[in-house]
Amino acid sequence: MSVLKAIPVREQEGKVRATNFEEVCFGYNLEEAMAEAERCINCRNAKCIAGCPVAIDIPAFITEVKEGNIEAAYQTIAKSSALPAICGRVCPQETQCEAVCIRGIKGDSVNIGKLERFVADWALENDIQPEKAETLNGRKVAVVGSGPAGLTCAGDLAKMGYDVTVFEALHELGGVLVYGIPEFRLPKQGVVAKEIEKVSELGVKFETNVVIGKSITIDQLMEDEGFEAVFIGSGAGLPKFMGIPGENANGVFSANEYLTRSNLMRAINADSDTPLITGRKVAVVGGGNVAMDAARTALRLGAQTHIIYRRSEEELPARVEEVHHAKEEGIIFDVLTNPTEILVNDEGWVRGIRCVRMELGEPDDSGRRRPVVVEGSEFDIEVDTVIMSLGTSPNPLIASTTEGLEVNRWECIVASEEAGQTSKEGVFAGGDAVSGAATVILAMEAGRVAAKGIDEYLKKKV
Amino acid sequence: MYEILKVEKLADNTLLMDVKAPRVAKYCDPGQFLIVRLDEKGERIPLTICDYDREAGTVTIVFQAVGTSTKKMLSLGVGDAFKDFVGPLGCAAEFVKEDVDNLKNKKFLFVAGGVGCAPVYPQVKWLHERGIQADVIVGARNADMLILEEEMQSVAGNLYIATDDGSAGHHGLVTDVIKKLVTVDGKAYDECIAIGPMIMMKFVALLTKELAIPTIVSMNSIMVDGTGMCGACRLTVGDEIKFACVDGPEFDGHLVDFDEAMKRQQMYKADETKAMLKLKENHVGGCCGGDQ
Repeated sequence: MSVLKAIPVREQEGKVRATNFEEVCFGYNLEEAMAEAERCINCRNAKCIAGCPVAIDIPAFITEVKEGNIEAAYQTIAKSSALPAICGRVCPQETQCEAVCIRGIKGDSVNIGKLERFVADWALENDIQPEKAETLNGRKVAVVGSGPAGLTCAGDLAKMGYDVTVFEALHELGGVLVYGIPEFRLPKQGVVAKEIEKVSELGVKFETNVVIGKSITIDQLMEDEGFEAVFIGSGAGLPKFMGIPGENANGVFSANEYLTRSNLMRAINADSDTPLITGRKVAVVGGGNVAMDAARTALRLGAQTHIIYRRSEEELPARVEEVHHAKEEGIIFDVLTNPTEILVNDEGWVRGIRCVRMELGEPDDSGRRRPVVVEGSEFDIEVDTVIMSLGTSPNPLIASTTEGLEVNRWECIVASEEAGQTSKEGVFAGGDAVSGAATVILAMEAGRVAAKGIDEYLKKKV
Repeated sequence: MYEILKVEKLADNTLLMDVKAPRVAKYCDPGQFLIVRLDEKGERIPLTICDYDREAGTVTIVFQAVGTSTKKMLSLGVGDAFKDFVGPLGCAAEFVKEDVDNLKNKKFLFVAGGVGCAPVYPQVKWLHERGIQADVIVGARNADMLILEEEMQSVAGNLYIATDDGSAGHHGLVTDVIKKLVTVDGKAYDECIAIGPMIMMKFVALLTKELAIPTIVSMNSIMVDGTGMCGACRLTVGDEIKFACVDGPEFDGHLVDFDEAMKRQQMYKADETKAMLKLKENHVGGCCGGDQ
């Protein structure tokens, strides 16, 4: 095989996986991983490291893989990333580390993501522990939210010797990794729970069912429970709706609701008590990763599923791999299409969705060409379920109950880029709660930055 | 795990429980709610807070078994535990934030229907503890379904009972009682707080609008997370979309679109769902008889 080509990754065949919730991608085995690692030329000025938001020493870990030293490869990754088995699966490597890989100039980039996944999975299977703090300093730090930002921040602080407690509002740890991303992309028991177990082995304590801002406020945590610093990683969980007629009809769901029922509440399993309505014909409105997740879930539950997106395929914000997988599985893409009304039957249930065709005009503020309605292009699609996946914004619960915590006009918490410091002393923030909905790895980067910021702040405070 | 310390049968299929949940008990206020989950496979079930003891760290819940999950909860006894118990959720009743001296000049009328007595009780009690006597109307199907009567009696100014079959109190609807109090007895109320089945709240709100009494209702919409994430509990209030879990559960009863809310309430109802399932020939999960 040409060295220009990456070692292919084995996956479940499209038609088969469209009927199950097993993971799509099987990943590399040792032999494949070592062969792919050989393609890395170990650049002296490795651009991939700068391409990684948490700056994993990529050439160093790949060099260990070449030699078959997987445990050493894992420890190299673990220095920079607390959740490699997750990142190996959901990071947009094609726009980060792999985008700047020298191999990519002529041929395929080194498949860094799949190599990371292989190493991390191997470490999970072989129960390899990350290195713990040598001495504990006993100083208490609270982390709000157990998603990627919170887990990373908590793990880093624990490694520095802090006494960290993570508070999670839901009944299960993981945040968006558990309620949002489906099983077929990110196995919950096999990967997420095990990665969290590793964070817990670093000494981090977890408390579920605590809604910060309701059960207890940030101020009370600091005044009554002795936490010297707090990291807010509460994510962006508030769903947006379009504001079109019929949106409150029965059978219209936010992607958050549909995915939370499916993933967190396991409504896809027959023995779950949580109900889930799956239509025969489902329209998912939106073009991001969450829209793909909702559509591919509906498809697996037996529905004919459409993605309705107002711009063209080129502008789809979802990862290329996700769009490709969705198409293989049989999702119908109605691009340059925008809903104007949800049609409702006499009993209050969805019977269709009215749309208009769009065409692309001049670029807008985001640099993407603005979609413009094609006059007289109105048409109806017959569907019985509509899933709105238009993005999410941060939950105002914490900001509205924390005195002196500044937010911007999008309800995002204002925090410094270099330390995650908010407008309130001792309070740090990062991840989607600060940036608005983004990616797992960017949240992890923010969690890491804030852990450093908290460490510096507490060292000075003494 | 959240241990059950006391179980009391209030009526057929209706239990009261004291549950050890210090974090919920510490800061909860009248008007708020909580979510319980029975076991690993359980739904998240929103329940109203009936009472709380901050020192003992206990919260009192009352529920009526209407679906699979709440029916399972009927079998729980002292010493058993809930897998999850989270709260307080939602906003406290408006008056909790008001100046007590102002409140003393206000005349409150509470209207409680069925298990709606449970969330009304802590509100009346809260006012009572601050020297404010509120009138309370309690409606039930029959005398056997009346709950918390003694407790309510001990904190209410005047307590009026109405039953559908006349087996206790007035034979008829709570709205008959409101009408009589205001138009015949000449009572004046500054605020009405109605909590019960949506259909009752709808008709109370229609009447109090006529009578020009500002009215608060508490919306027990379908919800999953209860923290603003899923949007299942959205409802139309005036010309705005609100989430019952974080914007409510209490809203201006004269602005709530009850017809839409009642349709949404039916989304997973046993009969409806079965019919829908037949229609759709395609479903998963325990749709049938879900509590929602």
